[in-house]
Amino acid sequence: MHFDYSFLGEYWPTYLRGAWHTLQLSFFGVILGTLLGVGFALLRISRVRLLQFLAMAYIEVIRGTPFMVQILIIHFGLTEFGIDLPPFMSAVVALTINSAAYMAEVFRAGIEAIDKGQTEAARSLGMTRGMTMRLIVLPQAFRSMLPAIGNEFIVIIKDSSLVSVIGIAELMYSARTVQGITYQPMEPLIAAAAGYFILTFTVSKLLGALERRLGSR
Amino acid sequence: MIRVSELRKSYGKHEVLKGIDAEIRKGEVVVIIGPSGSGKSTFLRCLNRLEEPSSGGVYFEGRMITGKQADLNATRQQMGMVFQHFNLFPHMSVLDNLTIGPRKIKKLSKDEAEAIAVDLLRKVGLEDKRDAFPGSLSGGQKQRIAIARALAMQPDVMLFDEPTSALDPEMVGEVLDVMKQLAMNGMTMAIVTHEMGFAREVGDRLLFMDGGVIVEEGVPKDVFLQPRHARTQEFLSKVL
Repeated sequence: MHFDYSFLGEYWPTYLRGAWHTLQLSFFGVILGTLLGVGFALLRISRVRLLQFLAMAYIEVIRGTPFMVQILIIHFGLTEFGIDLPPFMSAVVALTINSAAYMAEVFRAGIEAIDKGQTEAARSLGMTRGMTMRLIVLPQAFRSMLPAIGNEFIVIIKDSSLVSVIGIAELMYSARTVQGITYQPMEPLIAAAAGYFILTFTVSKLLGALERRLGSR
Repeated sequence: MIRVSELRKSYGKHEVLKGIDAEIRKGEVVVIIGPSGSGKSTFLRCLNRLEEPSSGGVYFEGRMITGKQADLNATRQQMGMVFQHFNLFPHMSVLDNLTIGPRKIKKLSKDEAEAIAVDLLRKVGLEDKRDAFPGSLSGGQKQRIAIARALAMQPDVMLFDEPTSALDPEMVGEVLDVMKQLAMNGMTMAIVTHEMGFAREVGDRLLFMDGGVIVEEGVPKDVFLQPRHARTQEFLSKVL
């Protein structure tokens, strides 16, 4: 058994381009998923029963169905209704919708973990519910949620590999391309795995550093 | 200043407040004592509606503040509150704890808000802590900051919910001193407390609560020396 990584000499630009697309997809998935996730978390804890129900239904349905199926529905299924998104757009939408459901739960738990006394103190000063959430609860919740958020970021980076099924030339797609050219079953995948690991490990370290900075008080 | 009529509060089937009528007049220090579970904290928290009364009315400066149409946020700006567990905002410096209300709610400029804050920090003797974070303060310091934070909104009345109950004994004095100072400067105050000495010395009027009703009220010295009700006598004999 011997490994041959000589293909990297020729195909490293393919991998680099793939990694760049993975990074772009993850970036949008993380940002939009977080924003939408906060939105659903706030609906989930709102006082309006209907909104609570809608948010809960969304979270349960998205968490309870495979990401692969969601991608295919968004990209191919929706054409039935005349919605024909370009592959990159479909991928971002799918990643956003998926990660928002998980983020919503992370945020809800984080918000609910903040001592009620904080809300009472803010409201007793005369703050509105919105101000209390924005100025007092969320900044504190964010700090305690950071590990869970980081976890979700890493999941998004890894899950973005699934959007190769709709023909986006991200890292996984690059590996499959190189596999097809070189007929090597193993090494191109190892190269992709290494690429993912570099991305996730970097994110993990960055968030660890952020956590230490915020936690120093 | 605050008038309460026929105030009732239930949690499910359990009735905690069974019809309270009371008044807090301008410049007056009202102390509320009673055994735990008597409803005194709930009563205080109904005054700024941190607890929603089940029925009855609370009037502030003649305006009814119970009911849906009342502008609660405006009223709360005029009623400062101090909690047993301080509830300082741990992610902000002491100065920010004091200025966030005035700046974000009353829309004061940073300079105006800081001037008020620094002045208050001096009054509670913690000028040097302006850049500290709550986590680094002692209980007594935290509570003095919490009092200053409530005062920074320049309220007309201050509500104290067992402000010294979570403190180590050696820190009770410094907090009571700040409150005493406040009372001498004419602040209207309602104080739920277990500090009988303080109640007697600083209170203008005392309410003794038990079982969700006000059993007895009067000048603290009189109530302490000659309680009229059996329940008051029994309670005082245990705590004095």
